Amino acid sequence: MSIRAAIETKLTQALAPTRLAVFDESDRHVGHPGWDPKGETHFCVDIVSPAFAGKSRIERHRMVHTLLDAELKGGVHALALSVKAPGEE
Amino acid sequence: MTNPVFERIQQDLSDNAVVLYMKGTPMFPQCGFSAAVVQVLSDLGVKFKGIDILVDPSLRDAIKEFTNWPTLPQLYVKGEFVGGCDIVREMAANGELQQLLTARNVPFSA
Repeated sequence: MSIRAAIETKLTQALAPTRLAVFDESDRHVGHPGWDPKGETHFCVDIVSPAFAGKSRIERHRMVHTLLDAELKGGVHALALSVKAPGEE
Repeated sequence: MTNPVFERIQQDLSDNAVVLYMKGTPMFPQCGFSAAVVQVLSDLGVKFKGIDILVDPSLRDAIKEFTNWPTLPQLYVKGEFVGGCDIVREMAANGELQQLLTARNVPFSA
């Protein structure tokens, strides 16, 4: 499974998002530190889930970080996040 | 406080009202996300201390553990973790960052 697919699966299963888009932006960071020619190093995740309601920004990001711990400790070098609850979009 | 580098982090956070742990220096950021936060702070006219974690691998690991946050940059105001690039940009865009600086008595110009 690609890292991107793993990110989508984990976030979908844990957070039941009403919107989820995972972008592999590795091509925009060619040659930057952490970039790897194999790709899948820089991601951007846009997610909306009821699980984030009432949580602070830091708490929301930490929820995602925890779910994607293996990926962040593996090849993922950068993870840009847009994390919202329904009604905030 | 198991990690000896934590003491140095605590010291920097108590010596400086606004601290940005980043890749590269404010003048020469080595990462687009660090550069973006430097830009936000510069636009606001906030005086801050940029700490380049690339020159010190032990600090690079320690700050992630200290903050319980896996990525850089990391912004602190008056010893309190504010967030990384996404959070800082969101807060600057909707005025929350300015409110936070005002509430913590940190001067800024914009």
